[in-house]
Amino acid sequence: MALTQSDIDTEIKDLQDAYDKAVAGGAPVLHHPRRDYAPYRSSLLRHPKQPLVAVSGGDPEAVELSGPVFGVTDITEHDSDLTLQHRGEPIGERMTVSGRLLDRDGRPVRGQLVEIWQANAAGRYAHLREQHPAPHDPNFTGVGRTLTDDQGRYSFTTIKPGPYPWGNHTNAWRPAHIHFSVFGTAFTQRLVTQMYFPSDPLFRYDPILRSVTDEAARNRLIAAYDHDLSRPEFSMGYAWDIVLDGPSATWIEEGR
Amino acid sequence: MAERLLPTPSHTIGPFYGHALPFPGGAEVAPQGHSDAITLHGYVFDGAGTPIPDALLDFWQAAPDGSLKGAPGSMRRDPSTGGFVGRNGVDFTGYGRVPTDADGHYALHTLPPGNAGLPYISVCVFARGLTHHLFTRAYLADGADPLLDSLPAERRATLIAAEGANRTYRFDIRLQGEGETVFLEFQ
Repeated sequence: MALTQSDIDTEIKDLQDAYDKAVAGGAPVLHHPRRDYAPYRSSLLRHPKQPLVAVSGGDPEAVELSGPVFGVTDITEHDSDLTLQHRGEPIGERMTVSGRLLDRDGRPVRGQLVEIWQANAAGRYAHLREQHPAPHDPNFTGVGRTLTDDQGRYSFTTIKPGPYPWGNHTNAWRPAHIHFSVFGTAFTQRLVTQMYFPSDPLFRYDPILRSVTDEAARNRLIAAYDHDLSRPEFSMGYAWDIVLDGPSATWIEEGR
Repeated sequence: MAERLLPTPSHTIGPFYGHALPFPGGAEVAPQGHSDAITLHGYVFDGAGTPIPDALLDFWQAAPDGSLKGAPGSMRRDPSTGGFVGRNGVDFTGYGRVPTDADGHYALHTLPPGNAGLPYISVCVFARGLTHHLFTRAYLADGADPLLDSLPAERRATLIAAEGANRTYRFDIRLQGEGETVFLEFQ
C-alpha cells in the first residue's frame, strides 16, 4: 500500500523528536543530514551501515588535501545568466541569486567553480526521464556555472523554479529549490546542496529537507529575500551564502 | 580568529542532474592516445545488490609525476559560442566526473597516479538517495599503507582495484551490505 503524507509526517516527527531530545541531553548538533533517513525512501538501501573510517588530517601525503583547479576558460559569461541561453525569454519570475562562498573561518573561497541546476517555472527539469506533466520551457534549460571572485562572491540570473511532485509517497511535493555544486580548495570540501526560498509551505512535508534534523542547519538552506539585490524593472533578489565544511583551514595556512 | 561559521548542510544530488553536471569528456582524464593510459571502471551497487543508474562520481588524483596541482581546463568552454571545448588533450588536469550508465557502470580513462606511497585515485560518490556524498579511494596496488593497514582484511579488500587485461582496473562501489565499501571521513 502506498505511503501517505500522514505516514511520512509521523516518521519525520518521531525522528525530529528523538534528535531534539538527544541534543537537549548533550548529544552533538548534526550539521549535515542523516544518511539513514527512512522518510526519504531512496536512502534506505543507499546508506552505509559501517562507520566511516577516519583519515587523519595530519597525513601530509593525502591526495584529498588539494583540489581540482578551475580557471576562467572553464566557463563563459553567459553561463551565469540562465535567461540568456536561448533565443527567447524564459517564462517565470526573473531573479538574481547571489552570495559568498566561505570556509568555516569566514574566509572567502576564491576562484572556485559553482554549478547550479534547477526546474523551470512550472516545476519541470529539462531532463527526458522527468515525466511530471508540466510544460517544458523551450527557452530555459536550468543550468548555470560561474567562478567565485576575490571576495568569494557568486551571482546568477535565473528564473524562480516551481515546486514539483515526486514518487516518494502519495502526494509528495518538493519545495522550490535550486541545486548547487561547489568544490572548495580541497577535495574534502566538496559539497552538493540545495537552496530554498523563504516561507515555502512545503518545508514541513519534505523528507529531503527534513533529513537535516537540526532546525538551525535547515534554516541555513533557505535564501533571504534581499531588496538591495532586486534590480529595477528587471529581477527579484535573493541572498544565500555557502559555508564549506571540512578540515581544510590548517592546510590552506600551510600553503596548500 | 573570528567565531567559526556553521556549515551549509549537504543535500542529495537527486535523479535529475544529468542535463547539468556531466560534461563531454568527463571521463577522459588521460591525454589523447597516451600510451600509459589506464581505465578504472566498475559498478555502483545499493544494499540489495542492484546497480545504481543515477550515481555520479567525481575523481581526483595525482599526476604521474606526483604533482597535485592539476591543470585548469577540465571543462573548458569556448568564450565566443559558449560551447563545450573540453580538455586540450595534452595537459593532465587530474579531475574527472562520470555518471553511472543505465547498468550502473562507470569507466574513467586516466594516467597512473604518482603520489607518494601506494598509488590511489580519490573518489567522491553522489547519488539519488544519498543525502551526503561519500569519499573512498581506489588503490591501484596493495601493500603497506597507513589507511589500508588500519583495516581488517575483508574491509581492506574493498579499497583495492583488481587489475585486469589491457591496463584496466576493476573497482566496484557497494553503498551498503555485504562487501560494503570503506568510506572515509577526513578529520
